[in-house]
Amino acid sequence: MTPTDTPFPFSAIVGQEDMKLAMVLTAIDPGIGGVLVFGDRGTGKSTAVRALAGLLPPIKAVEGCPVNSPLPEMVPDWADVPRRKIITRPTPVIDLPLGVTEDRVVGALDIERALTRGEKAFEPGLLARANRGYLYIDEVNLLEDHIVDLLLDVAQSGENVVEREGLSIRHPARFVLVGSGNPEEGELRPQLLDRFGLSVDVTSPRDVATRVEVIRRRDAYDRDREAFLKTWQAKDATLRRKILKARDLLAGMETPDAALEDCAALCIALGSDGLRGELTLLRAGRAIAAFEGDTSLTRAHLRAVAPMALRHRLRRDPLDEAGSGVRVARLLDEVLPG
Amino acid sequence: MIAPAAFLPWARAEAALTLLAVDPHGLGGLWLRARAGGVRERFVSALTALPLPIRKLPPSVSDEALFGGIDLSASLAAGRAVQSRGVLATNPAVILTMAERCPPGLAVRLGQWLDTGAGAVIALDEGVEADETAPPALTERLGLFLDLDAIGWQASRAIRLDPVRLAEARDRLANVTLPDGTLEAVVETAATLGIDSLRAPRFALAAARAFAAWRGAEEVGDPDLKLAASLVLAHRATTMPEAEEEPQSAPEPPPPDPGEDSESPPPDPDRLDIPEDILLEAARTALPADLLARLSAGRAAHAAKGASGTGARRRGNRRGRPLPSTPGQPDGQSRIDPVATLRAAAPWQAVRRRLSPDRTGLLIRPSDFRLRRFQESSDRLLIFTVDASGSAALARLAEAKGAVELLLAQAYARRDHVALVAFRGTGAELLLPPTRSLVQTKRRLAGLPGGGGTPLAAGLQMAMEVARMARARGMTPTVALLTDGRANVALDGRGDRATATEEAARMARALALTATPALVIDTATRPQDALRVLAGLMAAPYLALPRADARKLSQALSSALGA
Repeated sequence: MTPTDTPFPFSAIVGQEDMKLAMVLTAIDPGIGGVLVFGDRGTGKSTAVRALAGLLPPIKAVEGCPVNSPLPEMVPDWADVPRRKIITRPTPVIDLPLGVTEDRVVGALDIERALTRGEKAFEPGLLARANRGYLYIDEVNLLEDHIVDLLLDVAQSGENVVEREGLSIRHPARFVLVGSGNPEEGELRPQLLDRFGLSVDVTSPRDVATRVEVIRRRDAYDRDREAFLKTWQAKDATLRRKILKARDLLAGMETPDAALEDCAALCIALGSDGLRGELTLLRAGRAIAAFEGDTSLTRAHLRAVAPMALRHRLRRDPLDEAGSGVRVARLLDEVLPG
Repeated sequence: MIAPAAFLPWARAEAALTLLAVDPHGLGGLWLRARAGGVRERFVSALTALPLPIRKLPPSVSDEALFGGIDLSASLAAGRAVQSRGVLATNPAVILTMAERCPPGLAVRLGQWLDTGAGAVIALDEGVEADETAPPALTERLGLFLDLDAIGWQASRAIRLDPVRLAEARDRLANVTLPDGTLEAVVETAATLGIDSLRAPRFALAAARAFAAWRGAEEVGDPDLKLAASLVLAHRATTMPEAEEEPQSAPEPPPPDPGEDSESPPPDPDRLDIPEDILLEAARTALPADLLARLSAGRAAHAAKGASGTGARRRGNRRGRPLPSTPGQPDGQSRIDPVATLRAAAPWQAVRRRLSPDRTGLLIRPSDFRLRRFQESSDRLLIFTVDASGSAALARLAEAKGAVELLLAQAYARRDHVALVAFRGTGAELLLPPTRSLVQTKRRLAGLPGGGGTPLAAGLQMAMEVARMARARGMTPTVALLTDGRANVALDGRGDRATATEEAARMARALALTATPALVIDTATRPQDALRVLAGLMAAPYLALPRADARKLSQALSSALGA
């Protein structure tokens, strides 16, 4: 499979600004907690996720560690890692296929070793591999309920607890959940919706000029990959530097009380359940402020990210046909006039 | 030759095969809608012209077989881990048989694999009904579409493609250029046909290039684009472009070039050959009159089917209440019960040790494997059977809709599936196959027209049919009947009150016999005794809407569902 290691460059994706911004924000602050991308087929959802993998700054991890531990002493004791050397590796972006078994997600007794060698060993699953990286679920709304339950649990706690087949193991599993899907095929359980920090809707571009540009770039990529990558490498590198710089800025970001009050006022007005809305709004706001090179969170930042941070958290009225994005936008103008 | 007769059915098939043989990676594959038979065999046997190894897979293929994994039997025999190579590791052209039964999970994984550009998929879709199609997550990623059902054996012939010419075409492929404006024309055509996905124009360009390479041309020309439009774009169309008789009512007049490059030089003769209406025409020629309706129906129904949850059809080997484990082979889907497996192997250790003294560790044979089993409670399906007849329509239909919406909100909370059957005039209609999408249900309900007689029996019959199918798919159906009760149209469509009433009663009894829980909601202004009797026959609770408030409705529903 040749082309997987050279995904389509992130900066070469035409339009879809919301989706790109949401992904960049999670790269700046993984604590925002994931992106949900809903939209028609062929709008570049999968392309963007794979492009993101190429864009993300590399991480430092212990070589061969199943959970990508940053330091040798953090390697879990069940893991068999002979050389505790620290290497630089790409941020993991792990696909979680539909129809995956529980064993493959959480990990299980290593049957092969148990039966052939009589050893009780743990075979880590996808959650382990996604630690410190991204977990991508295509067609997330078709995911089976029992897998969703597992994910909810782990996404919440950041830790995967395996109690099965005589094993008792826990390991860190902090990842950014990226889900994509087509709303026509079914809805997502509200519990899972809530776990996604940001949510964006993508649609096919309506004007011919944009569509032509999309096809032209894709065509250029398919025809002469090297030349195309060379053209866009610089832009991707600039964006990567910007993300790294934003991560630095984030630590010293000032959060005035006024901004906190804005967050609360907006969430109260929207009647969103729980406090996760406020927290995500705050984090996303700080991330975008850092991305723009600012040192203090302002109302403008919050306004920019409020729709994507809140639209999926509204108390759901199953029979309301107007998009929830519209409701957020309307209230935004009322509560936080810009 | 293919070019002049590109729109004759078998010539189209030959052309599709040629394109696929020239550029399988660029086109991603072929969605082949055809029943099994000689014609299809002819086509499939010619697929050897593809420059890829051919692998035939059933839709029930396991992950291990696809992506590889540990070969347990071999590992046990060898005493060390033996990896098996998955089918996809060879970057093959996959022939997916019975693609209409392909589960969404497999479709997505094949789609992801296709996205890497490693191979191609030929989906043999044997769907009989219009709504029985391969999952859109897969077909979306297959460039070409062919329907062989209309082609008789006589109209077909064996396909032989010259391998030398194919090889030359493949070499030429990278150097085929696009004349200015072609890309814009293709994109615009796709937009005019209402194709939202941007994969379509990409595939169309790939197809045009492949055909140009095959023709020996250095530049994509008119015939290439026509062929591409007919094989790639036509079946994706969601809106029918204006008919040919009305010339040029497209949004953009051709002379000012569409798109952004307005300062481009005046079109030269070559360019004039490829405005979008030629492409549109080509696409239109390839569209059978009813294809659009058929496909969009299929799409909607399929969407709903996907939504019905992949969990519904499970054999129950992964969750639910545990049952005793059973002997069997691990297939990547089921889970091994290690303790039971060891227990099964334990008594044999001494004997086996004697047979192979040099082996260490436990001696486990494939026959020792025990698999876990679980009993799963299935998903529930609520079948709304709504009377939309004239008598109901006048005053009560709106209220009935209100009641259904109330029940819908409940169904949503319970994560139930919902189906919608309406009866009026002379028959019943399945407005919405089982789905979890309430938005769809509500939309269909809002668009529900009223008027005509009350074919109560037909409505019940349809509801029963839906219930039977749902049960076959592992769901637990419940029928909610909303009517004002005066059956006056018989099953054969005649307006005969006596027969109609008798048939309705018979259907009600039949429904009770299938042990389908039901609920009868009387929407008449005055409660109907006849309906109470009918409810009795169905062994269903009876509820008169005039007196039913939200709470009562929900109680009745709970008791019906609890049954």
